Amino acid sequence: MAGVGSGYDLSTTTFSPEGRVFQLEYANKAVELSGTVVGVVCRDAVVLAVENVLPHRFVVSGTLRRVHTVDRHVAIAVGGMGPDGRHLVARARSEAENYRAVYGEAIPARVLADRVAGYAHLYSLYWHVRPFGCTAVIGAWDAVVGAVLYAVEPDGSVYKYRAYAHGKGRTAVRTELDKVRWAERERAEAMREVAGVVERSRDVVKDKPYELEMVVVGERGVERIDRFTAAESGGERSGGGDD
Amino acid sequence: MHTTEPIVTGASVLGIQCVDGVVLGCDTLASYGSLARFQRVRRIVQPGADWVLGGGGEYSDLQEVARLLETMVTREYCQEDGVVRAPRAVHRYLARVMYQRRSRLDPLFNSLVLAGRGRFLGVVDMYGTAFESHVVATGFGSLLALPLLRKAWRPDMRMEEGAACVEHCLRVLFYRDCRALSSVQLARVPAEGAIEVSEPYELGELQWHVAQTVA
Repeated sequence: MAGVGSGYDLSTTTFSPEGRVFQLEYANKAVELSGTVVGVVCRDAVVLAVENVLPHRFVVSGTLRRVHTVDRHVAIAVGGMGPDGRHLVARARSEAENYRAVYGEAIPARVLADRVAGYAHLYSLYWHVRPFGCTAVIGAWDAVVGAVLYAVEPDGSVYKYRAYAHGKGRTAVRTELDKVRWAERERAEAMREVAGVVERSRDVVKDKPYELEMVVVGERGVERIDRFTAAESGGERSGGGDD
Repeated sequence: MHTTEPIVTGASVLGIQCVDGVVLGCDTLASYGSLARFQRVRRIVQPGADWVLGGGGEYSDLQEVARLLETMVTREYCQEDGVVRAPRAVHRYLARVMYQRRSRLDPLFNSLVLAGRGRFLGVVDMYGTAFESHVVATGFGSLLALPLLRKAWRPDMRMEEGAACVEHCLRVLFYRDCRALSSVQLARVPAEGAIEVSEPYELGELQWHVAQTVA
């Protein structure tokens, strides 16, 4: 068992002597290797975008989804393993539904983020489960504070962000995100810029075709941006299939 | 513990189908036994864009039914495919819920009237009995208002006429049903276009002098 983990990498229940839990780092690796996820808080909305790398060119455009609606005011973009993300989203939906049933109002984003994080954390505590191979980027419109963005990592940590990026193109995207004062941007402007940032982070020669999935969460709720032409995104190619 | 008798109750709900839509009406009273306890209570709810629900009977059970439907609509919203259940499907769903609860010997104590786009009008009672009809009345209204609605109904009736007719029946109910109130609410559900649920308003020009001549 010489090499990377030297015996400490098979379970989340044992720390390595250096104080690391390798399974969590591998889970994070799954996110790093998959399509880029971006979240940005602008003045009047949260913009979530995912670079959906098509697994095959026969895949019907628009059917591959990584951004999911959780409630009227919340959407979650998933970076990493899609199925793991869907499970986390299912949990988030039932938390949101339960909160409504109990308190008669929409779940505050902070509460939802905490609950999703707590759930993800549980999967790093037992030998018979593995951690989620995904990060959940939670975009919400909060009645009190407006647009908010949280991200839950595989280890169950959660932070509130002004802008967030993870996945393959994270380094390039983070550098670009750093240059803009997003809180001063209007949604339409932010949408365009985010799309451009994702497009530019890609290696035109090496990277496989993708669809840009974009969802905006604002005062009116969750809105999916279906049509996004090349001109709007500021890139040479449009993020989309044949249609 | 199962509900064996309702405590806070709403009275009749009326509905009529017209050529251009459906009109739903009821008063805004929630009685506590014979006491007119809550007088500005909404018994018409609109969780979805395509239909409204009016309900009588136990008010807390009506709130539970409304909650169920709101949950259903939120789940539809999360699907993000724009597909929503048609009024007829919602009506059947309610029938299933009511029948399941009565089979568990723990019924929801309500009579429900569902009005939806495409001129849908249907009733569900606390046993899960469900049907559609072009005139509908629950509670005491099924005795007092239904004959009036049937008499007034014409296949070419328009919604203004229908609304007037429902309002007339609510007035009759207020005169003769001790659990009814003069504060009412109407919902207009056009075959196409947005549904309009009125704010509670008072029935005007009440005439009680005839009361002396009635045995």
